[in-house]
Amino acid sequence: MITIQAGGVASTVQDDGRTGHYHIGMPPSGAMDPYAHAVANTLVGNDEGAATVEMTYQGVTATFDEDAVIAVTGADMSPVVNDDPIRMWEAVAVEAGDELDMGFATSGARAYLGVAGGIDVPEVMGSRATYTLVGIGGHEGRELEAGDELPVGTAGEESADRVGSACPAESIPAYADEETVRIVLGLTDYRLTEESRTELCTAEWTVSPEADRVGYRLKGPDIEFEEREQPFGAGPDPSNVVDLGYPVGSIQVPQKPIVLMQDAVTGGGYATVGTVISADRGRLAQRQTHDAVYFEAVDVEAALAAREEKAERLAAVRDHVG
Amino acid sequence: MAEKSTVNAPMPGVFYRQSDPEDPPFVEEGDTVEEGDTVGLIEVMKNFHEVEADGAGTVAAFLVENEGEVTADQPVVELE
Repeated sequence: MITIQAGGVASTVQDDGRTGHYHIGMPPSGAMDPYAHAVANTLVGNDEGAATVEMTYQGVTATFDEDAVIAVTGADMSPVVNDDPIRMWEAVAVEAGDELDMGFATSGARAYLGVAGGIDVPEVMGSRATYTLVGIGGHEGRELEAGDELPVGTAGEESADRVGSACPAESIPAYADEETVRIVLGLTDYRLTEESRTELCTAEWTVSPEADRVGYRLKGPDIEFEEREQPFGAGPDPSNVVDLGYPVGSIQVPQKPIVLMQDAVTGGGYATVGTVISADRGRLAQRQTHDAVYFEAVDVEAALAAREEKAERLAAVRDHVG
Repeated sequence: MAEKSTVNAPMPGVFYRQSDPEDPPFVEEGDTVEEGDTVGLIEVMKNFHEVEADGAGTVAAFLVENEGEVTADQPVVELE
């Protein structure tokens, strides 16, 4: 059991997502940075899909009711155990009664607390991910707050051997430098003017304070659409189309771009002019409010190659620690 | 000369000196504050988070204007 003493800014239990229900309007939820989440689990000997605690901008203060092996990955939040700093991206042993205190994120936006055995909240529709908008999954379907008690699953026998094993330095992302994210243009980028289509991939966008797990709202130049007579069923605004499904990662443009993230709205009537490739969504999720973001257009083959490369990088970490 | 310290933003966002445009600011320059007193709010991800003084002192200066953008760990209030 882990007892939360302070919940931080927006801490939730997340796993690798609630897949298979998108068609009924249920987004996947799950970790915003799947790589950091998976490494946290790998370090403590869990399956990569075990539930962790995702913390945004400011982490939790929590006490452990029993001995445990933990790993903190993702954004640098200067974690301390009983006031002693612990290394991130490394498996660490804690004892019953120990207090973990996370600070605020100095590089990156989201940190993950992995615990050997995983956070053992009940599954809802096959996942432990929290989806706060409808209040399901995770711990009571909501962000963590003081007094919450999180059950921990049974740790694998090998977890104790993992203490001290660390993610190789070259496999730790440098979040502060990761300002370019790759996109595939479409579904409806043809609706943009030539100039705006170019500008989308050259302009500096900045992350707005509204950016959250549902969508990353960006600030930057005005995006213009080709004039046309709106078809029946589309709204009057030039950015409106007749309804379509919004892929996770898709960039919709009510006026400024919004990139849909893990708690995405699944469909509607805004033009989606591009989609952030799956391998780079975690990179975007680690951009802080006011940070710069640049889009780079790639084709689908490049997106699939990047996904493969990401999987290999994770496999290399797994081979290294275990 | 009194010792100076700063209250830093715990997260990036937009800094507000009052909880509502109609309300007076939480603190003004020259006010004394105790540890834990709210000196402002930061809006991020559609939520407002209180910025608390981490020690007692007198508010010497605001280093960020109302509704100014702040980054994590940026000094927002100077205490002495």
